[in-house]
Amino acid sequence: MYRGRRSVVNPYSYRIKRALMKAVIYGVMTAATIPLIMMYLWLFMQSISDRVLVGFIPTNFSIRGWRFLWQEIKFGEVTIPMIWPIALNSLIIAGGVTVFEVSIALLAGYALSRIEFPLRDKMLLLIIALHAFPGITLLIATFYLLHLMGLINTLFGVIIAKAAFEIPMAAWLIKGFFDAIPWDVEASALVDGCSRLQAWRKVILPLVKPGIAAVSIFAFLAGWNEFIFAYTFLFDPNLFPLSVHVLNLIGEFRYVDYSLLAATALFYCIPPLVFFVLTQKYLMQVQVGGVKGA
Amino acid sequence: MVSVRLVDLCKYFGSVKAVDGLNLEIKDGEFVVLLGPSGCGKTTTLFCIAGIYKPTKGRIYFDEIDVTDWPPKDRNIGMVFQSYALYPHMTVFDNIAFPLKLKKLPKQEIARRVREVAKMLQIDHLLDRYPAQLSGGQQQRVALARALVKQPDVFLLDEPLSNLDAKLRILMRAELKRLQKELKITTVYVTHDQAEAMTLADRIAVMNEGKLQQYGPPDEIYNRPANVFVAGFIGAPPMNLLDCSLVERDGRYVLDFTSFEIELPRELGEVVRSRASSSEVVFGVRPEDLKISKGPATSAIKGVVYVTEPLGREVIVNVRIGDHIIKVIESASTASEIAAGQEVWVVLDFNRVHIFDRKTGKLVV
Repeated sequence: MYRGRRSVVNPYSYRIKRALMKAVIYGVMTAATIPLIMMYLWLFMQSISDRVLVGFIPTNFSIRGWRFLWQEIKFGEVTIPMIWPIALNSLIIAGGVTVFEVSIALLAGYALSRIEFPLRDKMLLLIIALHAFPGITLLIATFYLLHLMGLINTLFGVIIAKAAFEIPMAAWLIKGFFDAIPWDVEASALVDGCSRLQAWRKVILPLVKPGIAAVSIFAFLAGWNEFIFAYTFLFDPNLFPLSVHVLNLIGEFRYVDYSLLAATALFYCIPPLVFFVLTQKYLMQVQVGGVKGA
Repeated sequence: MVSVRLVDLCKYFGSVKAVDGLNLEIKDGEFVVLLGPSGCGKTTTLFCIAGIYKPTKGRIYFDEIDVTDWPPKDRNIGMVFQSYALYPHMTVFDNIAFPLKLKKLPKQEIARRVREVAKMLQIDHLLDRYPAQLSGGQQQRVALARALVKQPDVFLLDEPLSNLDAKLRILMRAELKRLQKELKITTVYVTHDQAEAMTLADRIAVMNEGKLQQYGPPDEIYNRPANVFVAGFIGAPPMNLLDCSLVERDGRYVLDFTSFEIELPRELGEVVRSRASSSEVVFGVRPEDLKISKGPATSAIKGVVYVTEPLGREVIVNVRIGDHIIKVIESASTASEIAAGQEVWVVLDFNRVHIFDRKTGKLVV
């Protein structure tokens, strides 16, 4: 409750104090952000410069770095293809991972949240524990499995491998959203004439939309950013996604076209950036958790 | 409409016996209230009737059909939950229409029935709103409408009034009763509020710790409680219940309360002695069956007024007799002359006292 303490404090010095506090906070934040911003700034400036850039002022402004958007690029014997088919590969992987991961995580998360079965609690702990191990430790085993299934050197192979590694955490995440839906609502749907599956589809799923959105975004970004699996399981250059493509720009020849590299890297960043801006509202709900409603 | 019969119904959650051997018969068109304190198994029983919980043991019959293993959707029940459990992502219209859509009724038929039931419950002007935009009372009506629109055989209500404010609760109580009598639907209503149970029920089933304590019409439950639990649970303020022992002295029967004694009429004393399993009994009398006298009177016990609680029309007078506090309801006019600390006599009417066996808790007389 307000007890009139403010009258004791000189309002003028109070205001100065607050402004100072603000300045300090912003100062620290800015200092922490500057290196990050500088890196992206350099990337951008380099992408529109013709020479290797030391500093941030573009020299010889040129959009040659971006020419991959409209033409193939030849360096001696090496031809760098146009970016669009490569971007499409990335998109297919990201989209595929999203579809697989979300649809399975939704069922798994529901089961974890609502259905009593033996070892459920242990399973929940195991998910967290397993997530602590990097996927790369299972790279060889995964390679072997995909090989057995005849999915090596296919985008589908990369998609299911990536989705498989992401599903446990996604299920865990979406479980929190299911937990927040009162059991009454579901029971009510059952009484109203739904089967369990119908109740899940018609009543529960619409209520966890924010959760679905959040998990989809994470899944899409995970798929878009995937490098190791794509690099290991794909051999055909026509199947390479952007992540592998960026590496190839550095690795394939002695002379590195820094403008091209910077522009490609930037291009690679754009979709996640746009995605983030469009969907951050939903991402925030992961923190808050749960559903709003009656 | 159907009758509902529960035969030896048990529902265990691990080692917890939520419902333990419940036998209950609900007649066609009857309004039965399951009454008991929280955790007594009344909601669990309701969920078993609905088919949401599968009983551990026992059978459930609708008429003569065994529905124990039927899923909820096949039982044609309407249910109102304590939280109303409306679908937040649907409008009021869609909420009410939901059971009908699942039955795949034609669109016009759905619209007609939704409007009909909405009109009956006076929510026809709210059909385009979402649940979050409604008040508690309105949400409750929507929940009722959704349960009634499919013309259920059995109507189940789980503390539907507990989230409403006191005034609205009394209003809705009367309306629920009218609605049930009008539609003649077999109804099972769960509550821990005895006033609701008394006003609504054709018959009340009092439950405690998963077991049925008494099943009968409200006046029977009130006037002839089957055991100490029912006696203490029904009535506000509850019945005065005092531990005592029956002593036979020179051919007279005396109830010994350690700090004071009451002499019983001979016939009553004999009945108690012959029926009770031992001399240890519980003496019970309702506050409204006692009177205060300012001077000595026959079959009266002397005490000192401890405190008075005015309720407007009546006053609860707390009288200290020995180590016990006895509550007496007096009219405001009589009580106005009584003050704390005053010496008074509490007058008993032996036709209105109850004596329970202390060991079994059961009514002796």
